[in-house]
Amino acid sequence: MQSRSLELLVGFFVSLGIAAVFVLTFRVASLDSVGDSGSSYKITAKFENTGSLARGASVKLSGVRIGRVRDIGIDPETFQAVVTMEIDGSRNNIPGDSNLKILTSGLLGEQYIGLEPGGDPEPLKNGSEIAFTQSALVLENLIGQFLTSFTQKEPSAAKKSEEPAEPKADRKIDGPGTAPAK
Amino acid sequence: MSFLTPAAEGLRGLGRASLFLLTILATIPGALLRPRLIVQQIYSVGNLSLIIIIISGSFIGMVLALQGYRTLVNFGAASSLGVLVALSIVRELGPVVTGLLFAGRAGTALAAEIGLMKATDQLAGMEMMAVDPIKRVIAPRFIAGLIAMPLLVSIFSMMAIGVAGGHAIGVELLGVDDGSYWSQINQAMHGGDICDMLIKASVFGLAISWIAVYQGYHAAPTSEGVSRATTSTVVVSSLAILALDFVLTAFMFR
Amino acid sequence: MNTVISDTLVRVRSLRFAFGPRVIYDGIDIDIMRGKVTAILGPSGTGKTTLLRLIGGQWKPDAGSIEFDGINVHQQSRSELFELRKRMGLLFQSGALLTDLTVFENVAFPLREHTRFPESMIRDLVLMKLEAVGLRGAADLYPGQISGGMGRRVALARAIALEPDMIMYDEPFTGQDPISMGVLIRLIQGLNQSLGLTSVIVTHDVEDVLKIADYVYVVSGGKVLDHGSPDQIRNSKSALVRQFLNGEADGPVSFHYKSATTYEQDLMAGRA
Repeated sequence: MQSRSLELLVGFFVSLGIAAVFVLTFRVASLDSVGDSGSSYKITAKFENTGSLARGASVKLSGVRIGRVRDIGIDPETFQAVVTMEIDGSRNNIPGDSNLKILTSGLLGEQYIGLEPGGDPEPLKNGSEIAFTQSALVLENLIGQFLTSFTQKEPSAAKKSEEPAEPKADRKIDGPGTAPAK
Repeated sequence: MSFLTPAAEGLRGLGRASLFLLTILATIPGALLRPRLIVQQIYSVGNLSLIIIIISGSFIGMVLALQGYRTLVNFGAASSLGVLVALSIVRELGPVVTGLLFAGRAGTALAAEIGLMKATDQLAGMEMMAVDPIKRVIAPRFIAGLIAMPLLVSIFSMMAIGVAGGHAIGVELLGVDDGSYWSQINQAMHGGDICDMLIKASVFGLAISWIAVYQGYHAAPTSEGVSRATTSTVVVSSLAILALDFVLTAFMFR
Repeated sequence: MNTVISDTLVRVRSLRFAFGPRVIYDGIDIDIMRGKVTAILGPSGTGKTTLLRLIGGQWKPDAGSIEFDGINVHQQSRSELFELRKRMGLLFQSGALLTDLTVFENVAFPLREHTRFPESMIRDLVLMKLEAVGLRGAADLYPGQISGGMGRRVALARAIALEPDMIMYDEPFTGQDPISMGVLIRLIQGLNQSLGLTSVIVTHDVEDVLKIADYVYVVSGGKVLDHGSPDQIRNSKSALVRQFLNGEADGPVSFHYKSATTYEQDLMAGRA
């Protein structure tokens, strides 16, 4: 009988199905690590507010993803958020005095961490902590800021609300200053 | 008295179907000792459904990507296209559409085959040869359906999200960034979503296989009986899939 | 009523069976003797097939008992019943061959299900059985590729594969051309003599079965009308039996199916 080819075909079907399960769990669910796993190092940074930053969010340098957020915790003494990031091992020359900002991609997009390189010749290593950080923008605070400055003086309101818009320069979307106006 | 009859008949049918399921479950350990028969049935319900599943999965992914892009691009959120496709497919369309196709493709074939075996005395003949037709004929087909459905749903979802569906349209055609297509999906979804998808797939697989073998085994042994069995297999399992989908979604929603 | 026969294989006693309101058997006694060919004759629709299914334990009688080799068929557990069935073969009118298996695999089916014989032994046994029914050459064909008469012979080969004590033939001669009918008759006789099989033939085909039967029961209307050797049956005093044997259209068994109204009433009703 042609049982051999039958078994072969069924084997093909079953392995295709199992492969699909794996593809789905690894690509769709965030179980994979950054690019080539194995060579990566971890850095930490403290933020006043992480907004809706989630585990698995990207860490981007000039818009290119270089790592991921691995863990978000709380510093027991300062009550600041401690974010642990895993950076691709091939990016081993990032200056130690770089600063981090929590940014939003697009109006409805996800939050990610943007890294702006500094000038320190000493690069980041496993376990380094980045000192310069800027928190996520919280819409309610912005509206509050906007309203208080608006009632005081109009020109200063515009200036104040434009300030936090700067980090968004890489996007064509207008700064958050206009978002509350919507 | 007479207006009670349809309700009583319905109850009786449900009772018979439940007892039938118990009988099948009791024979499963014995049927597992004959993996060969199961492999054969996986071929006929799984491999033979593969083409329709792959093609439908690809098209549904492509349509979702086109429709989703038009809406999302208005909000400047085109990079979320992957999330839209993946969420719709993994949570709903994957299991439901695969289930409906599986009922139409494999369920009817099962019901018709078993019904014809009954109509041509093959099942009675087996019984007279001291071979239990439930163990020899029904259980392997039932098990094969249970195994094939989660695999088919995964293949469907993979095609719709990745290989040829949403990814092909979103990334290759509409120019959404490949990295953000996947990273957005990664952030919006987690392993639990895949688990939920597989749970839905298994429950649907159980329902379809159960309905199909029940309809076939209890078909009237005539050509009309067999045709009625195949029709009710599609109708009943489609309704069962949609109803079960609601119940399961409500549970998973928490 | 029945003559006492020693060495009875199947003993049916005051059997009653009904499909809903339709009574098929209303208290019949039948004895089937070991190693003999017993024919059960009766007009169509008298539930002759039902009798075979009752003996095989597929259906349960409403009253009465059926004993196979001293064991009450209907008081067995499912597994005991299956053990019992291995000792009887039933040849369905349709053949009931498994259409997705070849002729060879069909005959091998009971062997593979019930024995752990090595493949070479199964092969030998199957070829022997197929040779016995003259269809060794058709081993690789599928049931759809052979004629109905050949199918019935394959079914016969399958029924004897486990070497049962008894074979029940359900209408073996229906729809056969004279040649394959002759082949079947010779086969049944041959098996009976060479293997010492007990045979039960259920049929409405009078002449052919009287040639090979050792003992005949005539059943109609849920009762045994007459029984005895073929010669005794031929000279039966019962008008019904004579009508049946001679194939007269009208007699105690009416040509017309029972109707509540007369022919004239029906015709007039259409006009009103």
